[in-house]
Amino acid sequence: MAEIWVHVEEDAGAVAPITLEILTKARTLGVDVVAVALGSAAGQTAKLGEYGATKVLADARSDYTEFFSLPAVEAFVALALERKPLAIIFGGSYDGRDIGCRVAARLGVGMAAFATDISVEGETVKVEVPIFGATQVSKKSFAGSGPYVVTIRPKAFAAEAGGAGAPAVEEVSPELPDSSKRVRILDRSVEASEGPKLEEAPVVVTGGRGMGGPENFNILQELAGLLGGAVGATRAVVDAGWMPYAMQVGQTGKTVKPNVYIACGVSGAMQHTVGMKGSKNIISINKDEEAPIFKLSDLGIVGDVHKVVPQIIEAVKAKKG
Amino acid sequence: MNVFVTVKQTPDPNATPKLGDNHRLVREGVELVMDQGDEYGVEEGLQLAEKTGGQVTVVSMGPEKANDAIRKALSMGAESGILITDPALAGSDGLGTARAIAAAVKDKGFDILICGTESFDGSTGMVPPMVAEILGIPHLSFAKKLDVEDGKIKVQRQTADGYVTLETETPVVVTVTGGLNEPRYPTLKGIMGAKSKTVETVDAAALGLDAGAVGEGGALVKVESVEPAPQRAAGEIITDEGQSGERVAALLVELKVL
Repeated sequence: MAEIWVHVEEDAGAVAPITLEILTKARTLGVDVVAVALGSAAGQTAKLGEYGATKVLADARSDYTEFFSLPAVEAFVALALERKPLAIIFGGSYDGRDIGCRVAARLGVGMAAFATDISVEGETVKVEVPIFGATQVSKKSFAGSGPYVVTIRPKAFAAEAGGAGAPAVEEVSPELPDSSKRVRILDRSVEASEGPKLEEAPVVVTGGRGMGGPENFNILQELAGLLGGAVGATRAVVDAGWMPYAMQVGQTGKTVKPNVYIACGVSGAMQHTVGMKGSKNIISINKDEEAPIFKLSDLGIVGDVHKVVPQIIEAVKAKKG
Repeated sequence: MNVFVTVKQTPDPNATPKLGDNHRLVREGVELVMDQGDEYGVEEGLQLAEKTGGQVTVVSMGPEKANDAIRKALSMGAESGILITDPALAGSDGLGTARAIAAAVKDKGFDILICGTESFDGSTGMVPPMVAEILGIPHLSFAKKLDVEDGKIKVQRQTADGYVTLETETPVVVTVTGGLNEPRYPTLKGIMGAKSKTVETVDAAALGLDAGAVGEGGALVKVESVEPAPQRAAGEIITDEGQSGERVAALLVELKVL
């Protein structure tokens, strides 16, 4: 049976949600699902099996955590040339993108970025990639030989345990040339934020350019706090330096699918909507009745965010008693 | 420092993009602008050149019209430009584009090649790491801060919950995120001065590119079809007359958030 490899990422010491999402999908493809776990991720074999990996290629060397990206590129290239998987799937995450692009370039193979679906028939791999703010779907196939490289947009699939159990673990030790140890990771900084993580929050309150300035995000923080949610921002807001990049929702930035998404002063540019269109319920407030965001909204309010948001805060407080 | 910066001419992000029958982006009859993300790249390059006593060369690939993006960078203060243009390169995928850019810069002795993280139109962000891989040099991605210390390049690279600090030697490719600086506006003097600056135009043959490795024929990813995505049903639109707070709170109760 054809093999599909999945790059294992970690998040705060656990297998990252994106990896579990990809494994969940991969186990439905009728292929052997092989997880490639490098560095500290090599210790995650049980969890990988739970989500669908039948085999884990594990290399626990610390080079993968001491040096940026390049050792993993070398490992994937060396292992892929030797074992010829049909495809290698990476998360559409910071690390996944960095490694995947270089692996595809070195192998001279096709690469599709930010796919939201993948299918396999024999040796043919097809992917679906949303374009233009997910208003259209581009269906793609690969030419030439594999292994084809694919990155998957976060939250394209729901992660569900249900694999066959403990995977076969094979320890590997591909050669890591000195040239792959050229970028040193000096330190890691976590920017503390209050409340739930943006990607996991049941309610997301996002501010766009229409908020007028960074000082006006206080009311969004207050509303999000009352609803047990997190605050997001559009690219325009982040580019203007009002809010940090970690809060960005959209093509560049995070994909969110909360129960309720409240867009405040957000026009609904395609760059943004691709990251929030999967929300269950969308409420938007914008003074321009022509704003594209209203086309996606379950409830659209034509009005001034500086008046409407405080009104919502008052009404929510009253309901909460 | 010998600084290179890539720029891309993309359709105005405020306009509605269209695809032609060949599934390529329609660039005719739409307003084209220098990709917004590239403005940060050019600004960062200029600041780096000013700090280290060097100059900025801008590189772009696209139809002749892409020259406008180069001219804009020149009017911001870049010194010269390279335009890679050839009908044979149209339809290149990420790897084909990376091969062309890598070939155009490889013998230029650059210390740093700065790129936007990803363009507004394609938004795949594949080209910069691929260029670095083809040239056999490191890339530092998603930089929200870029510094030079003792000839070493140091960046704060964005992560999901903060950043990591990375350090390496030159030559290097760096991708920058928006917001790491405030791009300058071209001055009248800059615009006038740009007219006398040199833009070198190169085609696939001049770059020694194998015709089978670039352009539509060399593309390893094929678009089979483009279909409308399922759309959300239209909801209710109301005009605020002081009642919206209550309306939203009622909906939040209905949705069991409250």
